[in-house]
Amino acid sequence: MSGEAARISAHLTRRARWGAGEIAFWIGLVALIFVAPSRALLINEILIAGLFALSLDLILGYAGIISLGHAAFFGVGAYGAAILASHGINDPIVGLVIASLIAGLVGLASAPLVLRGSDLTRLMVTLGICLMLGELANKNSWATGGADGLSLELTPIFHLFPIGFTGQRNAALYSLAVLFLLFALARRIVQSPFGLSLRGLRENRLRAGALGISAPRRLIAIYALAAVYAGAAGALVAQTTQIVSLDVFDFHRSADALLMLIIGGTGFLYGGIIGAALFIAIKDGLSTATPEYWEFWIGLLLVALVLAGRERIGARIAGLLPRRARGSAA
Amino acid sequence: MNAPALETRGLACRFGGLIATDNVSLNLAPGARHALIGPNGAGKTTLVNLLTGMVKPTSGQVLLQGEDVTALSAHARVRRGLSRTFQINQLFPDMTPAEQLCLAVGERLGEGGNWRGIAGADRAMASEVEDLLRRFDLMSVMDQPTRQLAYGRQRLLEIALALASRPRVLLLDEPAAGVPEGERADILAALAALPADVTILLIEHDMDLVFRFAQRISVLVAGRMLMEGSPAEVAADSRVREVYLGADAHG
Ligand SMILES: Nc1ncnc2c1ncn2[C@@H]1O[C@H](COP(=O)(O)OP(=O)(O)OP(=O)(O)O)[C@@H](O)[C@H]1O
Ligand SMILES: [Mg+2]
Repeated sequence: MSGEAARISAHLTRRARWGAGEIAFWIGLVALIFVAPSRALLINEILIAGLFALSLDLILGYAGIISLGHAAFFGVGAYGAAILASHGINDPIVGLVIASLIAGLVGLASAPLVLRGSDLTRLMVTLGICLMLGELANKNSWATGGADGLSLELTPIFHLFPIGFTGQRNAALYSLAVLFLLFALARRIVQSPFGLSLRGLRENRLRAGALGISAPRRLIAIYALAAVYAGAAGALVAQTTQIVSLDVFDFHRSADALLMLIIGGTGFLYGGIIGAALFIAIKDGLSTATPEYWEFWIGLLLVALVLAGRERIGARIAGLLPRRARGSAA
Repeated sequence: MNAPALETRGLACRFGGLIATDNVSLNLAPGARHALIGPNGAGKTTLVNLLTGMVKPTSGQVLLQGEDVTALSAHARVRRGLSRTFQINQLFPDMTPAEQLCLAVGERLGEGGNWRGIAGADRAMASEVEDLLRRFDLMSVMDQPTRQLAYGRQRLLEIALALASRPRVLLLDEPAAGVPEGERADILAALAALPADVTILLIEHDMDLVFRFAQRISVLVAGRMLMEGSPAEVAADSRVREVYLGADAHG
């Protein structure tokens, strides 16, 4: 490769390398679980919410698809894991994989509906699908337990590490492992030619078309992938709390994920995790002090962030982390 | 005798009561340097939209390399070698020039669905992007966000993106629009350096540019083809002078 071509290649692939700050971030998460085992429950909640918000980032931040019903896939994943467990599939990992794939299939089936029309239609279609699935879960109590919900009996991970209330630290580590693997996959995908084409579609749909990009197939693919991720988050909640009830389909779950993502910043993968951490930490910190009032502060933060425009807290925090070395021309 | 690179037969397009394109028949030989001129609102951009499939005609046909592509989608026509630029920049403002050229080249290579590789990692891609950057004098700004580039550079990137698709027919919609006098030479140089085997339809208000570039000129007025001829014939035509060149200092 000529010097210039190597420099161009280094520029194009500059985000593909893991930076020191990123590695520190993940090691820090592992350390946190061991340093603060008493907070494992809260950390687990943050990790799962982070995965769910990451899933939303894949469609909102990378494909520009806005959704108010993302809990549909979260719910399918949660119920999928619970129903599998009640039918003798008690291995958490097997249950998680199958439940996520089922959520992905629901995503694949609903994607063509969601991709039609304007942002407003999209909000309504996603919301409507989530309502429908929630009501299906409510009415088919023979499978879902209806309003009573379902509890899960699971074998320990690798038959060694029990998760759930007797193993809260194991549960948090399990969630972290799943989050990390899915994060690493997402990170890879957004660096791929497919990921670049999604960016193109989001930034300028007209020009993307003029370059020969056919939008629907690409958008359906990322939508289904995001559904898999949301399903995994739902399955994790069901498995680590060992119970699932209709609230997995709640509107507030979709809305909270959107808030977390806006707080943390869209389109850079870490935004969902950072936003989830801030959101849940604020909620946890303030709701013990002023139980009724924490939403006021979340609301204030949200308004401030949105009005402040592009100044994202998440991006700021990322900016404080050590910059990864720039690729040098060979 | 080769089929025309691009041909239209009785092409028409209505927007409600407005006839934006009225029975237009156009014929571009392979490798042609053809200009399309006409006053504001004549329907030049609409014609480009019809040719590329971004707007569906009310009637008539578009033929590419002798094949009827009227029913094909815009992206399918791109894959058959028809590319365009836009009168108003249509770039990817948050990407760098290198990134968007990588996107365009990758799409041409059918790589856009590949989710396992890393965009821009292979050397063939890097050298093709390098070639495009050099050709359009964008090397020094290749890693800057496009929104920060000088307007003239953005106009060059507009052409580079279209060329990255390796078109056989290239439609340029006012490439010099809004470019200050001093930077027009850069655009003209870029146009002159376009590959000779690419068939080009140039839309432009700058008559200097048109007369230096084109071998044939078509004049569109109110959606209709007024005339087609050599630059000398068009310059000498009294009707053209009246509707178009009369108001122009270069006439
Ligand atoms: N999508 C549309 N819907 C309705 N009317 C349209 C549409 N696109 C173009 N027109 C109308 O068609 C006519 C031709 O417009 P067009 O943009 O093709 O002209 P033009 O020759 O490119 O002009 P200019 O030199 O100003 O770029 C105008 O009257 C315009 O208002
Ligand atoms: Mg125009």
